[in-house]
Amino acid sequence: MEIKKHSTMYWAISDSMVLIKRSLSHIFKNMDQLLGVAFQPIMFMLLFRYVFGGAIQTGGTTYVNFLVAGILIQTAAFGAMTTAIGVSTDLQRGIVDRLKSLPIISSGLLIGHVTADLVRNIISSTIMILVGLLVGFRPIAGFDDWLLIAALVLTFTLTFSWLSAIMGLLAKSVEAVQWLGFVIIFPLTFASAAFAPTASMPKGLRIFAENQPVTHIIEAIRALMNGLPVGNHVWISFAWCLGLLIIAIPTATILFRRHTSK
Amino acid sequence: MHDAAISIKNLTKSFKDLQVLKGIDLTVARGTVLGLLGPNGAGKTTTVRILSTLLQPDGGEISVNGYNVVTQADDVRHSIGLTGQYAAVDEYLSGRENLIMMGRLYHLGGEASKARAEELLEQFDLVQAADRPAKTYSGGMRRRLDLALSLVATPPIIFLDEPTTGLDPRSRLLMWDIVSSLKKSGSTILLTTQYLEEADRLADRIAVIDRGIVIAEGTADELKDRVGKERLEISFNTENDFIKALSIIEGEAIQSNKEEKTISLATGGTVAEVKRVLDIMEASGLDIDTLNLHKPTLDDVFLKLTGHQAEEKLDESVKEK
Repeated sequence: MEIKKHSTMYWAISDSMVLIKRSLSHIFKNMDQLLGVAFQPIMFMLLFRYVFGGAIQTGGTTYVNFLVAGILIQTAAFGAMTTAIGVSTDLQRGIVDRLKSLPIISSGLLIGHVTADLVRNIISSTIMILVGLLVGFRPIAGFDDWLLIAALVLTFTLTFSWLSAIMGLLAKSVEAVQWLGFVIIFPLTFASAAFAPTASMPKGLRIFAENQPVTHIIEAIRALMNGLPVGNHVWISFAWCLGLLIIAIPTATILFRRHTSK
Repeated sequence: MHDAAISIKNLTKSFKDLQVLKGIDLTVARGTVLGLLGPNGAGKTTTVRILSTLLQPDGGEISVNGYNVVTQADDVRHSIGLTGQYAAVDEYLSGRENLIMMGRLYHLGGEASKARAEELLEQFDLVQAADRPAKTYSGGMRRRLDLALSLVATPPIIFLDEPTTGLDPRSRLLMWDIVSSLKKSGSTILLTTQYLEEADRLADRIAVIDRGIVIAEGTADELKDRVGKERLEISFNTENDFIKALSIIEGEAIQSNKEEKTISLATGGTVAEVKRVLDIMEASGLDIDTLNLHKPTLDDVFLKLTGHQAEEKLDESVKEK
């Protein structure tokens, strides 16, 4: 066996790149994923814009201007589930065992799935904003605002993908992952300011909705898009995400290592 | 110590309250094939998972290619190829992409990974399917790709965990040819199987494992000698005669099949011994349909060693509870 001499860091990056390439190629080779990436955001955008748009009062802004931030984050949250499904499938198929019997960086597989999530979500978000523009979305954000919006969406996606990796490692089957995702992500995204202002919600729900991270990030993006004051939402969003990432990355890595040495 | 490719001393492993391995001792010499033979649940897969560093042993001294599986796990990983019971291939990637990816993860470098992929596609009869996604492959093709993936880095030691379980006869034969050619090229192979014929055909030495211990070890011929040189198989015309014969025949490792009304028993293969049995039959007025002498199979060995047939293991354990 010929093994070229390079530093550990070189191989850690090289191994991760190989596995990132693998997960990325799944986006285009797996028709289900491709459809999810392209059509889900279009469907949500059109449904909410035209089904609920007339019925929900959003004060000064039009409903479509209100809606885009919510759908952007909801799509990112659901998109992150792909990591959980991918990890769970790899566990069941024995691919994790195979990779674990290789002398490579142990979190490489997770890094691959998480990175693919980021790329998928950049594609979805772009499609969604374009569709939004077609149905009346008129943002007044400047270039700096858009950079900050991109940073918020990517940080959020990264955070949810790592949380999702944990879910994939803990769940017993792919079906369980789908079920868990549904149970966790639906309340998080709907009990938020994603689709309707929190002011109309009953008190208990409103307190939850106004203080959970999904709402902060949506409010931050919405304010940036529509040229409104962002208040504390931006830094609270980043604080939430960074805090969760600091916990989620090591947890996922340890679970991954442990999973196969049980 | 270094001339043994695999050395296992007093290996134990429990899952919660269930002790799966109760002190396994095994040595595999370099360039040989050891067949680890046993029914479902005997501990074969657990042993392979420990040898390939996927599981931690509870106790024992285990070395693979001279490296300790616990303290030198990375060195062990560089020395082995593992093919598990399920084909661990990436469904969406083609056969070629799977192989190249594995080459890169073994740090062969880009060009060498591609070249190695071509070699393996050729060797494993996958050239025509090389660019199709693996999810379109048949069971046999997947299993071959899986084996090819474990051989990308030409490891000196190969673990094959039930490589032909669930394959159709044609794919099984092809897999056997591949294992034989690996053996010729000098690899050390540890092969687990529930198929007695498979161990007989591929392995230099066979270790029979049952309920977490090695109950016999030797060449196929040595094991067969333990149940007599030849087996005498007698079939009867009527069920009455069959039942009566069963009650009067004495001997070692008697097997009977009620549906086919046959009884088989161990003999030294001499004329005198066969005649003795036939005399008993005649004296009792039993009507023999056919009679034949054959070399013992590993099925016979298993029955002799464990008191139950390999395939009946599951039923037996249910009965015990």
